[in-house]
Amino acid sequence: MKWFDYAAPVSVGEAVGLLTAHPSARLLAGGTDLLVQLRAGRKETDLVVDAKRIPELNVLHYDPAHGLTLGSAVPCYRIYKDKNVARAYPSLAEVASLIGGTQIQGRASIGGNLCNAAPSADSAPLLIALGATCRVAGPRGSRDVPVEEFCTAPGRTVLQPGELLVSIHLPPPAPHSGSRYLRFIPRNEMDIAVAGVGVEVILENGRFRSARVALAAVAPTPLYVREAGDSLAGSPVDEASIATAAEIARKNARPITDMRGTADYRGHLCGVLTRRALEAAVARARGGN
Amino acid sequence: MKGQEYTVIGTRPLRHDGVDKVTGRAQYGADFQMAGLLYGHILRSPHAHARIRRIDTSKAEQFPGVKAVVTADDFPQVAERIVDLGEGDTPLSYARGNVLAKGKALYKGHAVAAVAATSVHAAEEAGGLIEVEYEVLPCVLTAPEAMRDNAPIVHEDLKTKEFGKKTDRVSNVSEHFRHVMGDVEAGFAQADVIVEREFHTATVHQGYIEPHNATALWNNDGRILVWCSTQGAFVVRDVTACLLDVPVSRVRVTPMEIGGGFGGKIPVYLEPVAALLSKKTGKPVKIVMSRKDVFEGTGPTPGSYIRVKIGARKDGRITAAQGYLAYEAGAYPGAMVGPGAMCVFAAYDISNVVIDGFDVVVNKPSTAAYRAPGATNAAFATESVIDEIAEKLGMDPLDFRLKNAAKEGTRRADGPKYRRVGCVEVIEALKSHPHYSAPLGGPHRGRGVAIGFWFNVGLPSSCTISVNADGTVNLVEGSTDIGGTRTSLAMQAAEVLGISAEAVRPTVVDTDSVGFTAVTGGSRTTFATGWAAYEAAQDILRQMKERAAKIWETDAASIMVERGVFRWGDKSMTFQELAGRLGQTGGPVVGRGAVNPRGVGGSFSGCIADVEVDPETGKVTILRFTSVQDAGKAIHPSYVEGQMQGGSVQGLGWALNEEYYMNEAGSMMNSSLLDYRMPTALDLPMIDTAIVEVPNPGHPFGARGVGEANIVPPPGAIANAIYRAAGVRMNRLPMNPPAIMQAIWSQRD
Amino acid sequence: MHTKVRVQSTINGEPQEFLCEPRQSLLECLRDILGLTGSKEGCNDGNCGACTVILDGRVVTSCLVLGVEAEGSEITTVEGMAKGNKLHPLQQSFLENAALQCGICTPGFLVAAKALLDQQPNPSEDEIRLWLANNLCRCTGYDKIIRAVKQAAEQMQEVNA
Repeated sequence: MKWFDYAAPVSVGEAVGLLTAHPSARLLAGGTDLLVQLRAGRKETDLVVDAKRIPELNVLHYDPAHGLTLGSAVPCYRIYKDKNVARAYPSLAEVASLIGGTQIQGRASIGGNLCNAAPSADSAPLLIALGATCRVAGPRGSRDVPVEEFCTAPGRTVLQPGELLVSIHLPPPAPHSGSRYLRFIPRNEMDIAVAGVGVEVILENGRFRSARVALAAVAPTPLYVREAGDSLAGSPVDEASIATAAEIARKNARPITDMRGTADYRGHLCGVLTRRALEAAVARARGGN
Repeated sequence: MKGQEYTVIGTRPLRHDGVDKVTGRAQYGADFQMAGLLYGHILRSPHAHARIRRIDTSKAEQFPGVKAVVTADDFPQVAERIVDLGEGDTPLSYARGNVLAKGKALYKGHAVAAVAATSVHAAEEAGGLIEVEYEVLPCVLTAPEAMRDNAPIVHEDLKTKEFGKKTDRVSNVSEHFRHVMGDVEAGFAQADVIVEREFHTATVHQGYIEPHNATALWNNDGRILVWCSTQGAFVVRDVTACLLDVPVSRVRVTPMEIGGGFGGKIPVYLEPVAALLSKKTGKPVKIVMSRKDVFEGTGPTPGSYIRVKIGARKDGRITAAQGYLAYEAGAYPGAMVGPGAMCVFAAYDISNVVIDGFDVVVNKPSTAAYRAPGATNAAFATESVIDEIAEKLGMDPLDFRLKNAAKEGTRRADGPKYRRVGCVEVIEALKSHPHYSAPLGGPHRGRGVAIGFWFNVGLPSSCTISVNADGTVNLVEGSTDIGGTRTSLAMQAAEVLGISAEAVRPTVVDTDSVGFTAVTGGSRTTFATGWAAYEAAQDILRQMKERAAKIWETDAASIMVERGVFRWGDKSMTFQELAGRLGQTGGPVVGRGAVNPRGVGGSFSGCIADVEVDPETGKVTILRFTSVQDAGKAIHPSYVEGQMQGGSVQGLGWALNEEYYMNEAGSMMNSSLLDYRMPTALDLPMIDTAIVEVPNPGHPFGARGVGEANIVPPPGAIANAIYRAAGVRMNRLPMNPPAIMQAIWSQRD
Repeated sequence: MHTKVRVQSTINGEPQEFLCEPRQSLLECLRDILGLTGSKEGCNDGNCGACTVILDGRVVTSCLVLGVEAEGSEITTVEGMAKGNKLHPLQQSFLENAALQCGICTPGFLVAAKALLDQQPNPSEDEIRLWLANNLCRCTGYDKIIRAVKQAAEQMQEVNA
């Protein structure tokens, strides 16, 4: 890689200043995507800005009233080791434990996973299903972006020059809700998702009150399939409604054929994984795990 | 010595180099440091097939920190000739060409130029400033494609050798050979069941965790000193000397510890380049490959197209077998199709056989050996067809194999007749293993079996042993230790001398310090270098008998020695006691062994695999796996088990997920360990092993090489297991989830 | 003009100071600057685990950590596992169980396994396999490595009991 300088700001303001002054600067959290891309020549930079000393990017705070604030640089291992988070958002803890392997989880962050904006980002479908929002800070102040709008193209996000993702917010879990992210990989760990599905369901009196379904690796960005969740609203919790939702998810997928899978295969997986994820989410909503 | 109870052979001492390897002290090639070291970086072709019109290195030469740049033009100019670098005759231009391309780039990743600079990063940046003008040519990527009449030609001077004779035909087929035995037409006519299938296997890589590395110093006295991780220091010496046109004695190679090879670290890539850079700079130059370069610039194993046809009678006897093996050599001739043809039907006693083999060049990295090279591809085909026939005949798959198993006296189509071999014993061990009769325990599960063979090699080895006054001995040898062979050699010497394995101090030394020793490969080290150690130890016993004779004032012929105790009448002395008296009786005792052993014993291996196939995703989970292998005599059982387990898991990766995923332009899309998917600890169960010992009549302790045969059966066993679990017969490797899903869908339609 | 950065950290219990370029990974710094060549480079992109070290209590692949990020950190490498002349129970167990063949992956496995046993003294086979999924071995098929980790866990519990 070419030479780059290194800075470790201690405030959001300082970071924004550095990113604004150096248009090709890159924010470094876990480094598990950035360093790989810099070495492969897929990205270039003259300044690496370390996110890990900025308090707001490293906060991990849950309270039942406001939900979860997840700093964008918080590494995965902190997420699944946090008892409150693991209890309130078990599916998020699961996602944090399936990105890469143990060593990767020691460094990689969900925020980084989202900012990397790979179509296959494992964190995105679940965050979308849980209705997360992204808190962005920049030279013109802060703004919130629904997570399903955050990624705009492979490797691209809504972040404008000088902006950075500060944190992700999850609403408090509703009563009788359950969520799950399932993905398909050829091995049992370490792989990029061939297809991934994140769902959240909220049950009421034996029916779905609402549901959200989102897909990974089958479109240029993580894909929120509103129609699939909407099809469940008001439906009985049974095989038929789940199958309908799974079919909608499958139909909405726009996969390509590449070294990780064929288009047909990925589309098919969307249906299978949506069904399985919904079944698991329902079980969780009912109090099982 | 065979047949008796051993004191050391068969035990499990701690390996002599173990402490250094668990503390991080062991020095592997990339760990090498030296004052004034420069770092090299290799620029590689982005095109699979292209004429190199012009290379402009001027910008690179001016980059800060750069001390030299070299291309193929920096090789000394010599006339073309045929050279033998240990794997048959090859034109010198081919041998040099793979190290630094001249005229044409023949695969994506082909080395085109190299830079030496004061830091690795400077060398890499400067490499990016070398300007190469390419004229891109159409490329050809598989054997069937390359064999077509109007295929793009990789080497304009390559004429096909057909049935042993060079023809005038320029093509991508470097050689077509044929083995014939009996009369296949008559054989098939007698068959009640005939199955003929075709198979495709993708290119796979040995996957050693340590990338290639080399440091070279072209010293002021004209000697070229090399430190590298290699399977054969003498191969590095001979090839480097040949390519640089210097006498072999000018090159000294010091083998460092090596992080895996499996055949892929036999070819020479970096040493001549580092030497050229060192010549230009006057400094030592170290080059370490990146993982991407390992995938794209070393020697994976051939992808292949194979057809197997087997006929059998109702009573289960195979009457004829026919094989067509077209292997991709990569950019230079030399695919391991010969060994593939030797092994394709090697486990079976068949009177009527025809095997056609094709060595085909394509625009991919030039292939190298990979653990039983050529045999795994072939066994995938044969073991699948065998399984189908057994099913059609209603026979148990192991019983069918037993009925046709190769035995002592069985002749192979390529000529040799087996001496005592353990194929029957391996199959019987599979049958009687508890795994074979264990319940599968669930839906979508299936059990598959397969067997395979590897002939193993002998080749020369040298060894010297000197006796220390405290009764220990120093054992000096030249076989790089990739898997614990220092210890298996020490154990063989210890057994002869009647001392403990710990009393032997084995060292692997450089090419100045020991006699010629062939590669650590071909499953030969424990067998052949072990034999050299055995001979050196016998030499020591002879000399020490003479010393005892001197002490007891008798003649050496009357001295008996057994398990380290020298006796004459009622007098006795231990090895240790006598060692303390060598100084007084004439001076040091040094024993030597130099062998080129003929009594190589082939090894049969077999396995049982239980899988579960998810019918909705095609994902295969390996539930249980058992490997059985004939070791002849297991010198160190833990390391024999380790070879069986390691080879099995490589076979499982080959079966399920590993492949070079190439785009149409001949570029490997998955040249990283993320997308070249080797099995992790989470993908596997425990690998059970059962060692069978049918002693090799040709070795003092009965040892057979064990390193390789174990990789041969797993893909076939997995294919057979998948058939029983999911009802589909896979004919392509890898059998990855999309492929299995597609097969399930095709079957439903 | 490119200026190197001074980094101070504690490595294997000893304060260490080194100068490095920001683009140099922690792995490069350990191996090429500090001479701690026990951690190995297998892939340089976090997929093989041969470069595993413990950084502020977490196992990480040091190839994906910049040297400059280690400022103020505590690092344990394979060189820090033995106590004086005494091997760590894992190191001893790997030897006894023949859990290494070429040995290149061994430092990474030892450090990763140490981190596991430090926080989970009695892991099951499945837990060991999951924890070690980021460490590739091409020689052993993992079987003897799993046995070695279990044996070390048992021994360490006996000592602590």
